[in-house]
Amino acid sequence: MVLPQAEAVDREHKFPGEAVQAAAEAGLLGVLIPREYGGAGLDALCFAICIEEIARACASTSVIIDVHTSVGSEPILLFGDEPQKQEWLPRLARGELIGAFALTEPAAGSDAASLKMSARRNGSGGYVLNGTKVFITNVGRAGLYIVFARTGPQERAAGVSAFLVPAGAPGVRVGQVFDKMGLNGSPTGELVLEDVEVPVANRLAEEGQGFTVAMRALDSGRIGISGQALGIAQAAVDEAGMLMRERGHEQGDDFLLADMATRVESARLLAYHAAWLCAAGRPFTRQASMAKLHCTDTAMQVALDALQIAGEQGAVAGSPFERHVRDAKALQIYEGSNQVQRVVIARELLAG
Amino acid sequence: MNFEFSEEQVAIRDTIRELVQDRVAPRAAEIDQSSEYPKDIEKLFADNGILGIPFPEQYGGISGSSVTICMGIEEIAKACASSSLILAVQALGSYPILVAGSEEQKKRLCPPLASGEKVAAYALSETGSGSDAAAMKTRAKRHGDEYVLNGAKQFITHGSVAGTLVVFAQTDPEAGSRGISAFVLERESSPWKVPKLEHKLGIRGSPTAEIVFEDVKVPAANRLGEEGAGFKIALAVLDRSRPGIGAQALGIAEGAFDYALNYVKERQQFGQPISSFQGIQFMLADIATQIEASRHLVYLAATKVDAKAPDLTKVAAMAKLFASDMAMRVTTDCVQLLGGYGYISDYPVERMMRDAKITQIYEGTNQIQRVVIARALLR
Repeated sequence: MVLPQAEAVDREHKFPGEAVQAAAEAGLLGVLIPREYGGAGLDALCFAICIEEIARACASTSVIIDVHTSVGSEPILLFGDEPQKQEWLPRLARGELIGAFALTEPAAGSDAASLKMSARRNGSGGYVLNGTKVFITNVGRAGLYIVFARTGPQERAAGVSAFLVPAGAPGVRVGQVFDKMGLNGSPTGELVLEDVEVPVANRLAEEGQGFTVAMRALDSGRIGISGQALGIAQAAVDEAGMLMRERGHEQGDDFLLADMATRVESARLLAYHAAWLCAAGRPFTRQASMAKLHCTDTAMQVALDALQIAGEQGAVAGSPFERHVRDAKALQIYEGSNQVQRVVIARELLAG
Repeated sequence: MNFEFSEEQVAIRDTIRELVQDRVAPRAAEIDQSSEYPKDIEKLFADNGILGIPFPEQYGGISGSSVTICMGIEEIAKACASSSLILAVQALGSYPILVAGSEEQKKRLCPPLASGEKVAAYALSETGSGSDAAAMKTRAKRHGDEYVLNGAKQFITHGSVAGTLVVFAQTDPEAGSRGISAFVLERESSPWKVPKLEHKLGIRGSPTAEIVFEDVKVPAANRLGEEGAGFKIALAVLDRSRPGIGAQALGIAEGAFDYALNYVKERQQFGQPISSFQGIQFMLADIATQIEASRHLVYLAATKVDAKAPDLTKVAAMAKLFASDMAMRVTTDCVQLLGGYGYISDYPVERMMRDAKITQIYEGTNQIQRVVIARALLR
């Protein structure tokens, strides 16, 4: 279902609607959502495995489902009140709505706490949101955006709140959708909010709690990104191995393949450990950052090495080898660049 | 050893640098996006003598020095890797004539290339013979004063736009690599077919062609060297052209670093330019050091080519290997320095990272460079 479409999804920059629909029917869009809200009620480890398997076939499809499932839905599960859970989780679990996460702004990337989108109180107790978000995965396809905006005069993180903004709300508009190096089936772009009225019932957690919501969402989001990285890396190892068996091989490439497989194996264990800690309700921030850093660096290196083994034939468009290289690079950047992961890891290590 | 370029070389470099920044850099994104061969840039290079760099003056050119060729390729690749191949492949396709041609052949075949009236290409690889070039199947049979060529070549850079094509073919299939001969085909009298152009990860403005020969007649006067000397010629040419791929890799890395360095100085996060963070500073220092080391190796190799040094094979392979691996790492890091902006096509480093990969693969994959280096060490 997913694999046969992967090349066309990339080449034609086509949203893999059928694959997402099939994933919905298989219950893959509600992996983390409890059964009482219509989900599968599985844990972070199962989630990582699901994303890895999808990414082995098609990284574009995996990022759509990953963002939907983790940062696009999980914050409601973790921070929503009962009416919010009842209203949104079943629809997200069924895939009736695709979720998205809108934190980054043009001037607020790694420094997310400096975001400028404003949420002013209106006369009827709700909010009016104004501003522009950028690099939003699932933009234009999402039915629900979790949007972070400034509600108070408090500096930086303390003034940020989280909101559930339906795509159909008046004033919500998709800006530029970017041409990218890879992940071409997954739309990435600007989300523009102009005088968007949001009722207070759609505020997630208390005023000023938004940054906490975002950081917790990203902690487990990193487990999903690790799964994506593992899927791309495993596909590259498998395809390089298959090619070598077909055409013959010598020790130079044999050693490279052995190193690739060893890296993937070590990365996988790091990711599963972080997921296992998360599932057990134990602290996992540092481990999730380490997993994201190591898995995505591994995916980049392994994808490049696999293409090197394939040679010129692998650099031709339509070859999975060149697609893996283009897809893998995004993972070192999004949901916290690998520089931010190092900051998180060092901060945890050095905390008194 | 001399680390300084001659006055003449500096003058050529500065002229190319200015021309490239004015005329090529503004076209680079468009060339990539349209995946079209930039005929206008070819003409620009022809009109300004750049395509004459690979040739000595007596054959209508302006240099013939590998150092000068590398300087030109490096300058062009800083802005547009696809365009740098116009010079690099002119050199690659002409080297067989310069290395193995008779005086008559050089006088006859070089001037139209040196003036840029025609561009050259080099056809060695086949579907079943990439790294193992000696396994080629293209056949050349002699009939009187001419040869008749049949077969197909794959991954031929500029095979679709060249007017002059150097082809390696079996004249004695029983003899293996000693049965290969080299021929110069001129398109008007020995036309070849181009059934397919590849869509690629990078260098999209540089057409990579599949080429087919169906009873193509070539005058015996266009055979380079003796029958059976082809494989030796092919290897001698690759020895000489490899520093050029190193220079291309170097230029791509420098272009990406130049852009990323300016970006990190301007991009503000946490109330300061991101260049003020030590994590970013260490990346910058590593990138600059890798570029510097590669530059010296590339120009050492080019100097050895010009001096016909006995160890030129080994050093040329080292330069190609080291500079292309460097370019891949450096461009990947430059995308990283731009973050999300680095990944989208509105910024040039995305293209530069895609362009860098091929330098690790073509003109002998980097695995082949390691084989060549190890063989030289163990001899």
